[in-house]
Amino acid sequence: MVRTISGQPGHLRAPAGPLSGPLSFRQRGVIFFRRHRLAPYLLLLPSAAVIAVLVLWPTVQIAEFSFQNYGLQQEIGAAPTQWVGLGNYSHILHDPEFWLSLRLSVISAAVMVPLTLIVGTLVGLLLSHLGRRMAAFVSSVSVLAWATPAVSASVIFVWLATPDGGVVDWFLTKLPNWLGGGAHWAGYSWTNAALPAYTLATAVVVWLGFPFIAVTVLAGLRTIPTELFESARVDGAGPWRIFWRVTYPLMRPIFQVLFLLSVIWDFGVFTQVFIIIGELGQRDEYNLGIYEYATAFTLPPAYGMASALAFILTIILLVITVGYVRASVREGALR
Amino acid sequence: MTTLSSSPSAVSSAPSAVRRRRRLLTRRARRAGLNLLGLLVALITLFPIFWMVSTAFKPATEWYSLTPHPLPRHPTLGNFRAVIDGSVVGVPYWNFLKNSLFVTVVSVVASSLIALLAAIALARFRFRFRTSYLIMLLIVQMLPQQALVIALFLDFRSLNLLDSLVGLILVYTAFALPVTIWMLRNFVAAVPRELEEAAAIDGAGPMKAFWRILLPLVAPGLVATSVFAFVFAYNEFIFALTFLGTDTAKFTLPIYVQYFYGRNGADWGAIMAASTLFTVPVLAFFLLVQRRLRAGLVAGAVKG
Repeated sequence: MVRTISGQPGHLRAPAGPLSGPLSFRQRGVIFFRRHRLAPYLLLLPSAAVIAVLVLWPTVQIAEFSFQNYGLQQEIGAAPTQWVGLGNYSHILHDPEFWLSLRLSVISAAVMVPLTLIVGTLVGLLLSHLGRRMAAFVSSVSVLAWATPAVSASVIFVWLATPDGGVVDWFLTKLPNWLGGGAHWAGYSWTNAALPAYTLATAVVVWLGFPFIAVTVLAGLRTIPTELFESARVDGAGPWRIFWRVTYPLMRPIFQVLFLLSVIWDFGVFTQVFIIIGELGQRDEYNLGIYEYATAFTLPPAYGMASALAFILTIILLVITVGYVRASVREGALR
Repeated sequence: MTTLSSSPSAVSSAPSAVRRRRRLLTRRARRAGLNLLGLLVALITLFPIFWMVSTAFKPATEWYSLTPHPLPRHPTLGNFRAVIDGSVVGVPYWNFLKNSLFVTVVSVVASSLIALLAAIALARFRFRFRTSYLIMLLIVQMLPQQALVIALFLDFRSLNLLDSLVGLILVYTAFALPVTIWMLRNFVAAVPRELEEAAAIDGAGPMKAFWRILLPLVAPGLVATSVFAFVFAYNEFIFALTFLGTDTAKFTLPIYVQYFYGRNGADWGAIMAASTLFTVPVLAFFLLVQRRLRAGLVAGAVKG
């Protein structure tokens, strides 16, 4: 111990005089700490512990439960919890409700993601062309939509589209026929079948989601030198061409990250759908997340089966996340 | 380049004046069109929020009408009174606001402190597992909450943490961490290292350098990130729905609004009043801090 210290230059050398002699416990600690460069690990410890206990461990548990017959019998202690191998998974693969819910998740994400991205990008481009005051106003308003809680937004949209007194049906009855309006919209229910319910959910998701895209796209646009746009314009390129030939190639990494984030968010959308379909009442309107949740939390509870569904959902999202991580790494986010 | 473009106007000044005028007009028309479009986007975006607030002030005869009016003709506070009295759910609104604020403030403070330590480690030190830790954060952020809630529900039931705000605080702290660390890391990295080195040369220890140099400079970033943690905890639905199953008095605001809507599916005036009292505080908060926020939004999500 002492040898290494005296070998060190400068301030770590044990001072001569009254302080020399055996090192105190605290001094030894400090020396050990510095020599092994423990500072970053100590700083990371609290966050690592919290994440490990409250996020990673539950993930492991889900994987574990998914191979067990954990249900009502096991919960009340009437039967022991047993390993059932791939039993839950093979049951799920033969379960038409699973395929229905997966189909709804895939289709709704396939509509929600491009719509949110297109609307968000258009608003972002619009913001970049507006004067400073107008841009500040529009982006403030958009931030309000973004900050609105999903619960409120869903309840508001259900109210807007409610059959009695809702403004959407009223508006559609007033709309001329050639625009798809007409008297048949009076009292139209938007929550009783999967297609209208998910149309409404899509509206909520786009409304809540486009501001983030718009603000991010705007920030990305600001990093592009204006000379590029000017020279493209001088060369006679229109806005459509400028976007696809200049803007998009330069902002490709940003769009890639936004796309993957949107897929992850919209594939796992829960709150909006839960509220719009009226809690867990209508089984034919479940998406994968809702189906998994209902399997666990409606009576009789089937935690094993639900865990298998949850694990499938997690794996699907993790596959997309790998793409997201790779895109982030490529963009240099880990530096 | 400059000589080329200026020479024609110098030679033939009369036609170019007309052209310049025309160009000015088209530019004005373009700007007017763009402003109109911006206004339209703002109106459409604002409409749901406006309709919520407007409905909350309408008496039943008005919101339950076949021709809706944008503004209440005979504005009433009756809906708000019903919500604040708690005449529908049985518990007054203040109780839920108190629960929500308690859970939110405690978890935001906890996650900000823990995240600041991690952010310093990740921004100021090079060590093994640093990249792995960053990637772990990115992945953890994407794990579906409706999947993890099953295991957490079972764990918390055996720990007697259901129907308890403490359980929610733990979960909100943990789930806010990845984003908070990720964003704070950028703010810490933006503080020039030379400042701390100068302080060290002047004899300040690491603790002193932290309190006197780093913390004041990172404070704006801390505000921005805590706003995100705040919104996450204040708005969170799945965990609260699952953990706070039976005890109405323990509900946080999102669960309260959802419960209220589920129980009074027809009383839209009161539902919108409850929703307004839940939403408007967070929107007002946002408008106050939004400039700092947009910087954080971009720093955290896109740029490294």
